[in-house]
Amino acid sequence: MPDSLLTNTSYLSAAQNSELPSTALHYLDTALSYIQKIPGSSIVIRYIKTSHQNDPVRTVIELFLFIFAVRYLLAPTYSTKKTKNVSLSEEEIEELVEDWTPEPLVSDVTEFERVENERRPVIVGPAGPKVKLLNGRTVTNLASYNHYNFANNPDLTQKAVNTVRTYGVGPCSPPGFYGTQDVHMKSEADIASHVGLPAAIIYAQSFSTISSVIPAFMKRGDIIVADKAVNYPIRKGLQISRSQVRWYEHNDMDDLERVLQRLVKEGQGKQLTRRFIVTEGLFECVGDMVDLPRIVELKMKYKFRILLDETWSYGVLGRSGRGVTEHQNVDPTNVDMIIGGLAGALASGGGFCASTEEIVEHQRLSAASYTFSAALPAFLATTASETVSMLQEQPNIIQSLRENIKTMWTMLDPRSDWVRCTSSQDNPVMLLVLKDQHVEERALSTADQDSLLQDCVDEALANGVLITRLKGMPSPLGVAPRDLQKEWQPRPALKVCVTNALSRKETERAGTVIRHAITTVMRGKKWQRQS
Amino acid sequence: MPLRTLNPFISSSPSSTTTTTEVLSEKEPIRIESREVRERNRAKFRPRFSIPFSGSPKTPTRPSSEPTGRLEPPSQPPTSFRPPSPQIPTLSLPTINLTTATGEKSKMEEMSKPLTLFAPPSPAEVKRTAKAHAAFGPLGSKQHLYSSRFVGTEFPEPIADEPPYFYLITTYISYLILIIFGHVRDFFGKRFKQESYKYLQERDGYAPLNSDFDNFYIRRLQLRINDCFRRPVTGVPGRFITLLDRESDDFNLSFKLKGTTTETLNMSSYNYLGFAQSEGECADDAEKSIKKYGISFCSPRGDIGTSDLHTAVEQQVAEFVGKEAATIHSMGFVTNATTFTALVGKGCLMISDQLNHSSIRFGARLSGAVIDMFKHNDMADLERLLRERISQGQPRTHRPWRKILVAVEGLYSMEGTMVNLPGLVALKKKYQFALYVDEAHSIGALGPRGRGVCDYFGIPTSEIDILMGTFTKSFGANGGYVAGPRAFIDKIRVTNAGTIFGETPTPAVLTQIQTSLKIINGEICNGQGEERLQRLAFNSRYLRLGLKRLGFIVYGHDDSPIIPLLLYHPAKIPAFSHEMLKRKIAVVVVGYPATPLISSRARFCVSAAHTKDDLDRMLAACDQAGDILQLKFSSGIAGGQEPVHDGLTNEGVNEMRSCLEAGGEPAVDPPRWKLEDVLKRGVQDVKKPLC
Ligand SMILES: Cc1ncc(COP(=O)(O)O)c(C=O)c1O
Repeated sequence: MPDSLLTNTSYLSAAQNSELPSTALHYLDTALSYIQKIPGSSIVIRYIKTSHQNDPVRTVIELFLFIFAVRYLLAPTYSTKKTKNVSLSEEEIEELVEDWTPEPLVSDVTEFERVENERRPVIVGPAGPKVKLLNGRTVTNLASYNHYNFANNPDLTQKAVNTVRTYGVGPCSPPGFYGTQDVHMKSEADIASHVGLPAAIIYAQSFSTISSVIPAFMKRGDIIVADKAVNYPIRKGLQISRSQVRWYEHNDMDDLERVLQRLVKEGQGKQLTRRFIVTEGLFECVGDMVDLPRIVELKMKYKFRILLDETWSYGVLGRSGRGVTEHQNVDPTNVDMIIGGLAGALASGGGFCASTEEIVEHQRLSAASYTFSAALPAFLATTASETVSMLQEQPNIIQSLRENIKTMWTMLDPRSDWVRCTSSQDNPVMLLVLKDQHVEERALSTADQDSLLQDCVDEALANGVLITRLKGMPSPLGVAPRDLQKEWQPRPALKVCVTNALSRKETERAGTVIRHAITTVMRGKKWQRQS
Repeated sequence: MPLRTLNPFISSSPSSTTTTTEVLSEKEPIRIESREVRERNRAKFRPRFSIPFSGSPKTPTRPSSEPTGRLEPPSQPPTSFRPPSPQIPTLSLPTINLTTATGEKSKMEEMSKPLTLFAPPSPAEVKRTAKAHAAFGPLGSKQHLYSSRFVGTEFPEPIADEPPYFYLITTYISYLILIIFGHVRDFFGKRFKQESYKYLQERDGYAPLNSDFDNFYIRRLQLRINDCFRRPVTGVPGRFITLLDRESDDFNLSFKLKGTTTETLNMSSYNYLGFAQSEGECADDAEKSIKKYGISFCSPRGDIGTSDLHTAVEQQVAEFVGKEAATIHSMGFVTNATTFTALVGKGCLMISDQLNHSSIRFGARLSGAVIDMFKHNDMADLERLLRERISQGQPRTHRPWRKILVAVEGLYSMEGTMVNLPGLVALKKKYQFALYVDEAHSIGALGPRGRGVCDYFGIPTSEIDILMGTFTKSFGANGGYVAGPRAFIDKIRVTNAGTIFGETPTPAVLTQIQTSLKIINGEICNGQGEERLQRLAFNSRYLRLGLKRLGFIVYGHDDSPIIPLLLYHPAKIPAFSHEMLKRKIAVVVVGYPATPLISSRARFCVSAAHTKDDLDRMLAACDQAGDILQLKFSSGIAGGQEPVHDGLTNEGVNEMRSCLEAGGEPAVDPPRWKLEDVLKRGVQDVKKPLC
């Protein structure tokens, strides 16, 4: 094995994939041919002579074996690696190069995309509970994850200013090279103790955290069992990891158990590989909650590790905002890795992974977006520390958010004829999908539903309430439509983000506006059609 | 000159120490005063090489390099080294207005007007100035400015020098010893200390998280030198950086903070233009921005995370880089990781420089395109690859490629080399590929107007399809941008996952970008931006020339602010880092796997915030460390010679190049200048073509 350390001169690649580069094979090859030239060959000849004297049959067999060995050793250089190239003359190549015309780098913007770009609201000033739009109107904001309005809390902003006055804005370095500041270490400690795990590591962006955590531990040959409805960054992490991925039906614990059973059976007699269950606390694309006690039970039974994405549940669920573990009374040490976001409810920036010391330290060297990216700005780290302690010290903040969620629910779910809420009753991000019967009656395709819901968003905005729509996952380029259909896509939905910065009255009023906006659109001419 | 605090060791206590504790809230004051450590270090200073050299014997007889420096370290600690340097004019002279590149300017001007020349400023003022100067040093002399741009048609690769074979062989032997030793330790450890190896073994039905083999390097090689990495810091990462002292009592497995700090010269942060400041226009505006907009927008761009600040910054960035439109992200890594997915996919070919950043690899892998690599900056290899790939078409089906995208970096962060843009543009004309240039390190840092590689080479930006860059480096902020034709950016806004789901950049970060861009453009603080650019260009060349003349092997192009100094032996990695730390200089050292196995190196990032005195201090420290650790083994082919008269220079270099290409050994003397001569000649010679 040290060989590969010595011969591998291709930068970084060795760290990321453990395949030998072709140069190594080449060296091996030349070494072999040298060995044949070495003076020692006389010994070989003598050996053959003596062995022949004793038993000619043996010589034949040995010769045969030797030829076989040589063939075997030389074979790889001729086959596999090289794809079969058509041999072409220089002129032919020149012609082909001349003839080749690439497609344009990006395709044209579609009508739907153009509208989306045009209508994207631009905010002037802070993103508080009431926001001013570029057109001068002030509207109620139910679209940002500013659930506690920490973003404009005067204490917090003053502390952020103090930090900027001490540390400047950016840390100008990745964490490995003098970018780890004392404030980062403090935030890591604060978050770890809040979550209830021994250690935590802070990434500079929440969205990309899990895409780097997954490939830091899961490699080719490992097994991952994931919920069908997991969010986009998890999918990308799985893709990068090159592990074997099995999906189970969304939140269907029986299906999960079936999958686990099957995997354990398949794995019998083979070498044990790392096996993980990857799921979310509150699902970004559906809004509902995981059944963590059941998953922990299954994990123990089948010996899988759990990687739980709490980006949308950390700071929101539980008495003091610890997330699903607190909400469902699960000991966090039963979950192997907890990933959370600081950019949403906590009004800061970045994401984290909390776990044991050993797992956290491993990420410091092998999680790409930690090692190869600048550290989180200091003022965001101090803000995160502050908001975490506020959640712990003032549980009534979370309580008042829950009240508002309840109020909003009663305004929408039971009362609307057109939509239902797929989110958990504790989720401040309410996802409203069109009821099945209407989708069927009017034969609405996914694209239709997206357009229809965009109309609802516009209608609500016209009446002074800013909400948004759940965005579908962008599809990879160049993939045939038949393959795209196999991909899971979230159901088009409206997204209403509740905040405790609005009073109960205001929340009720906003809820009514949203409900009426949906009704107006559904009753309107544009979408009246029969299947 | 009471305001002058060029040397941090005569300055009063670092002001950041006291302020930090306030910010960190009452709960955990992290640190205490640090003066006594500094005193102690200073008292016992004696450069002594204490790290065992594995497998590298003492110097073989070395000709003509100054022996005194090595055998007898100067009795005077090098930290108080005062090189002959132009004096800073006093406050009321006009030059100071130009040079006080911080927010102090107006205040100091006001203050100084009624005062006489030598009236001592108030203690508070002294402290503030000291703090400002710790982040951004005042310009010593107008001589210390330069503007770099490329002239000519063909961009030559820098000549890579090689050490004598002796060093190469002993480097391999060192690794061999380390590896054998590691395996021996593993062998016994796994038998007698099973507890500490438990994490590598199957446990309770769970496979180990780390594979034994992958972990070997970290466990047995990196752990030994762990104290050189991830050193915790506090305060502004400007001209100086304050390290939190730490120690380990379990062989680098864990560290304890000692509660003291050390202020060091910062040769490590990517703070090219010196915008990492807690005083001055940028910080003032960032403060206003937080007060006005709050801390965060708490929403992705795809939802409602777009504010007037975002559109303004995007407009500004687009104008700055010379493209129609731009879109910004809250992380540079993700900018790369998500943009390729929106550009290429199945049926497309992506060709990437062998040394491209991990984020480009990440993005390329996500895109699903076929990925190929060409040798670093080697246009001939790229052309060969293009010809083969275009003529062969897609693998197996042999259909023509849908698109071909070539991705390169403007300035390579480990090599200090610049992309061969003229070469690439010529190839692009012929082979019609799309060109993506990651300007993470080059934006702001290169070109007479700081606009990156296009500016440096004088190539119109329209030749390049997509310009990407980050704000983490030159601008002292965070995040990244993609700039291109408007139709393209409009498309990206709706198809790029980072825009749809990723959190939006925060107000303070946006304002930092905005203000620093305005300063660079000269829209505000007239002259300051230009000064920063010219100081960076001067500093980069000055330090590089000095190191070459002292006899070090450095990589990269002459105008690059990234200067890797080659160490080779694995044992010299920690040794160099420690020697520099002893002299209160923070440097980055890297070895395998971030570099090829043998070319371990130290990397210096030059900043506009450094003064010439800082660089002289750096040269003096390198000179000593180089003698102690035997690092001066350049052969002279890569420069460091006496300057020849203008006009002759190119010929001399060309001759040497053709000789090298023919496989010969050009007759050059290895440069081993004395430190005094290096310092004496540096300022003039740096403005001539370096050789
Ligand atoms: C070439 C290149 N691209 C992208 C990045 C990532 O930028 P950021 O640190 O802003 O994530 C880096 C940073 O090191 C880089 O060197």
